[in-house]
Amino acid sequence: MNPLLELTDVGIEFPTPNGPFCALQNVNLKIKKGEFISLIGHSGCGKSTVLNIVAGLYQATQGGVVLGGKEVNEPGPERAVVFQNHSLLPWLTAYENVELAVKRVFKGKKSKAEMKEWIEHNLELVHMSHALHKRPDEISGGMKQRVGIARALSMEPQVLLMDEPFGALDALTRAHLQDSLMEIQKELNNTVIMITHDVDEAVLLSDRIVMMTNGPSATIGEILDVELERPRNRIQLADDPTYNKYRQQVLSFLYEKQRKPDVEAPAKKAATSESKTEKVA
Amino acid sequence: MSIALSNIAWLEPVVKIAKGENVAENAQLIIKSVGLPLAGILVFLLVWHAAASNINTSLGQFPGPADVVEQSQSLWTEHLTEREKAEAFYERQEKRNADRVANDPSYVPKIREYTGKPTYIDQIGTSLVTVLSGFLLASAIAIPFGIVIGLSANLYSAFNPVIQIFKPVSPLAWLPLVTMVVSALYVSDDPMVAKSFVTSMITVMLCCLWPTVINTAVGVASIPKDLINVSQVLRLSYLEHVRKIVLPSSIPMVFTGLRLSLGIAWMVLIAAEMLAQNPGLGKFVWDEFQNGSSDSLGRIMVAVITIGIIGFLLDRIMLMIQRRVSWDKSAALR
Ligand SMILES: Nc1ncnc2c1ncn2[C@@H]1O[C@H](COP(=O)(O)OP(=O)(O)O)[C@@H](O)[C@H]1O
Ligand SMILES: [Mg+2]
Repeated sequence: MNPLLELTDVGIEFPTPNGPFCALQNVNLKIKKGEFISLIGHSGCGKSTVLNIVAGLYQATQGGVVLGGKEVNEPGPERAVVFQNHSLLPWLTAYENVELAVKRVFKGKKSKAEMKEWIEHNLELVHMSHALHKRPDEISGGMKQRVGIARALSMEPQVLLMDEPFGALDALTRAHLQDSLMEIQKELNNTVIMITHDVDEAVLLSDRIVMMTNGPSATIGEILDVELERPRNRIQLADDPTYNKYRQQVLSFLYEKQRKPDVEAPAKKAATSESKTEKVA
Repeated sequence: MSIALSNIAWLEPVVKIAKGENVAENAQLIIKSVGLPLAGILVFLLVWHAAASNINTSLGQFPGPADVVEQSQSLWTEHLTEREKAEAFYERQEKRNADRVANDPSYVPKIREYTGKPTYIDQIGTSLVTVLSGFLLASAIAIPFGIVIGLSANLYSAFNPVIQIFKPVSPLAWLPLVTMVVSALYVSDDPMVAKSFVTSMITVMLCCLWPTVINTAVGVASIPKDLINVSQVLRLSYLEHVRKIVLPSSIPMVFTGLRLSLGIAWMVLIAAEMLAQNPGLGKFVWDEFQNGSSDSLGRIMVAVITIGIIGFLLDRIMLMIQRRVSWDKSAALR
């Protein structure tokens, strides 16, 4: 089967005051329809940059991205993005936030009543039916992220892009959302690229884990196929040897092969780099 | 009045005392929210009274609180008398017309306007109309302009120096220019509004444009990157982007600018009316000054206090509108 999404020799240089900065180089990746891909790597290596290129928010300076036979060179609703900090419009309710997207994508294709039903259906999928008419500042961080996911799903994207969607949440809320996401994925079978810094999350959710080397000129180091049966259950997997083997492989890539330079030289470890390294855990 | 509007919180303890809840605690709250401002006003009145009786001018003693009360009463009486005169005038006219029609059915009755001297209340009305027209005109220009330059860093850099240079210009500097331009361009045999009104209004507009332009532009330029990304992913058109993302997101800053602008507009108006001879509060002050009777200083003092109270009320009204339209309920608005 032909890949749905293809990244070919993608590279990007950012102009900076000290000359061009090459963030990514030779990124090659083929993604099949319905695949769930995780991108993992140390903070600052270029994961968000990859996602933003696929989203069309950044332009690759080398190579390119092809989605369903068409080159990507601008943002569009067929590549919906779930941003790390929800990015809901604070003056709109949960319903209205989703409505904005639905109206934009299904204008002329769905009637008013169908749109309403579709909006409510998507909020139902993420278990937010009880707070349809709450504003972002009236709901918790986890709920905001749920609404953000509902908004992205409501666009019926060809690829769903998620940039550390659960990164800002506490462990318990994160587990709930991961379970919700697996449930949704079972039903809709979307093509997903998700950035994460959580090894367990990557193994639990993904079909493949794409591990990135450190920047500058970051690229894909290894790709790990996760062949665990679905539906996956976090409690049963906790002492499943295959699961732990995958987990161990990702950890070894991150902490042995791609050890961050500032971890090796503790003398130089500043407060900022400390918080950065702790992100990968 | 200022107490009630600035702090309605004192009502709550009153209600609670009426219900018999925590009487001592709530009584203290009332003393704090009503008693302290009252005490402040009282001290001010005493100082004013003492100072006034020690200042002698060529027009007599500086007006103290008592003179101001007296003058405001006399201004009010004058207003009522003038209104009665006007009513009597129209009544006479109507009667005359009715008589003429009775004699000659083909006669088409004409109503002539009463042309009495504007009263103090009329002058307040004129001032309010002038300031609001100037302010609305300024907002209609400043908000779109602020949005356009806020959306483009290049346009902002291009216009910022011009804005910064015009912002501190006093209305007194603009006025002669505006007067000449209005005289040259606003020529009509039967003008809808007086030239002095147009001159004052345009001067007000020129002076109160800038805070709204600057605050709107800053508000628009500081929209979070994430929201702009959302707009791009949804591929909103320029106009939709402005309507759905930019405007709502910058509403709090726009209102900050509008409130500053209205404050400036009101201050500028008095000066503009004085010089343009627009029949409002500014002209009232000027006429009383030229008049130089023993009542003049007292009347000017009434105007000073009126100007202060109206300025305060205008700001409170803006604040109320801002509270109603602002989505950012967490922001402390005062
Ligand atoms: N717009 C930009 N301009 C300049 N440098 C950038 C820009 N965006 C990202 N970078 C740089 O590219 C590198 C990768 O960033 P990013 O993709 O955000 O990392 P990650 O998401 O993996 O933490 C970083 O060194 C960052 O400083
Ligand atoms: Mg990132």
